[in-house]
Amino acid sequence: MKKVIMGNHALSWGATLARAQVIAAYPITPQTQVVELLSEMCASKKLDAKFIKVESEHSAMAACIAASLAGARTFTATSAQGLTLMHELLHWASGGRMPVVMGNINRAMAPGWSIWTDQNDSLSQRDTGWMQFYCASNQEVLDTVIQAFKVSEALMIPSMVILDAFALSHTYEVVEIPDQDKVDAYLPPFNPPVRLTPSDPHAFGGLTGPEHYFELRYKLQIDMEKAPALIEESGREYERMFGRYLGEVEDYRCDDAELIFVSSGTAGYTGRVAVDALRQEGVRAGNLRIKVFRPFPFERVRRIAAGAKKIAVVDRNISYGHHGIFYQEVKSALYGKDHGVPVFGYITGLGGRDVTPDTFKEIARHALTKDEPDEEIVWIGVKK
Amino acid sequence: MNKTKKKTEKIIFESEKDVPLVPMSLGSMLYNKTGAWRNIRPVIDTSNCLQCGICWKFCPDVAILIENEFPVVDYVYCKGCGICAEECPSKCIAMVEEEK
Repeated sequence: MKKVIMGNHALSWGATLARAQVIAAYPITPQTQVVELLSEMCASKKLDAKFIKVESEHSAMAACIAASLAGARTFTATSAQGLTLMHELLHWASGGRMPVVMGNINRAMAPGWSIWTDQNDSLSQRDTGWMQFYCASNQEVLDTVIQAFKVSEALMIPSMVILDAFALSHTYEVVEIPDQDKVDAYLPPFNPPVRLTPSDPHAFGGLTGPEHYFELRYKLQIDMEKAPALIEESGREYERMFGRYLGEVEDYRCDDAELIFVSSGTAGYTGRVAVDALRQEGVRAGNLRIKVFRPFPFERVRRIAAGAKKIAVVDRNISYGHHGIFYQEVKSALYGKDHGVPVFGYITGLGGRDVTPDTFKEIARHALTKDEPDEEIVWIGVKK
Repeated sequence: MNKTKKKTEKIIFESEKDVPLVPMSLGSMLYNKTGAWRNIRPVIDTSNCLQCGICWKFCPDVAILIENEFPVVDYVYCKGCGICAEECPSKCIAMVEEEK
């Protein structure tokens, strides 16, 4: 069945098809429709889930953690200020190994008060131990929610499915809604190895001394390192069943590219349009869209970057006092690998300023005129 | 007091493979006896006790046990917060200064 739906409703449909059993969420622009549709799904019994109303995002994540620990498939969604209010609980979910799946709508952090998109909200949760999937279309949002539950539950690590405010959250696209029975075959019921139950009482998350804590964290990293293979395997399985591959990255015309853009989110699709235009002008450009940011797709990025003469990383975010965050990550992935590919870093589109094909063309013009990056941040579109 | 007294040796794992996936039941409270934190101790006068169980329910540290249908304080863990005394409807729990 095909439907024309907004990005937010793609999240709701994903959670519904995944048969989420507990949903606890607090509304925030631009996420509100995610929760609205899910509450309607619960009220009409289309989705047999417990919908828990809470007084804050902190409480929403706390409820999700408890429900997940009790063995329920658990979903929530938030954005920006709400996500950062959850910050402490994000560590509880990952450290406690609770495979909650959460939609996050990328919205710029206040102040100044903004509802428009950039990536600093989710990227500032980089080190919380959550997997992060940056989506570029409503179809990908829906599909990724289902895949994220599968990967999360296999690894007992939570996942964030991320989409741009308005550019995706409120944009209507044609989305293929998979058949429920096929989704059920792809995603069996959640059956955790341990759970909170009166028949087998345990103290969870209690005082953990230096003699135990280190190994718990070691195990989290070891399991995180299993994610790339699992994402690939489950992405191929999804392709076999539903006709759409869900991978760590999407490389577009990178094979013979001299200049490769590295982009993410909706800008990752804009990059493809820019690549086509640049090729018509005789520039052999390619676009590497990073979909999975945590765990970072080191192997993919290294392999694709190896063929390029120049790499231009397009960041809709910034680490103040450092550089663009994807730029740091790409450089760190390539460091010491003897590729010798110059990596240029561009910051653009903060606070929802448009990122258009012309933005990419301006980036290309800059990168093509330089042999080496002579500054770590090149600002594109800022009124200097 | 405790009918099923657990061993109080520390749990030591030789390998990460023995550590549970989820941080749970690592036995830390068997040796981390928080009763030493207490400045004031609850003393229950059971002659006025209604046996309502409110102190047992409200104790945030599960340091009130019910034995022979009456509450008994587990001083090994009671931190002396006084919630039981505050909540007791018949005011039969007194908070008494700890002496060195």
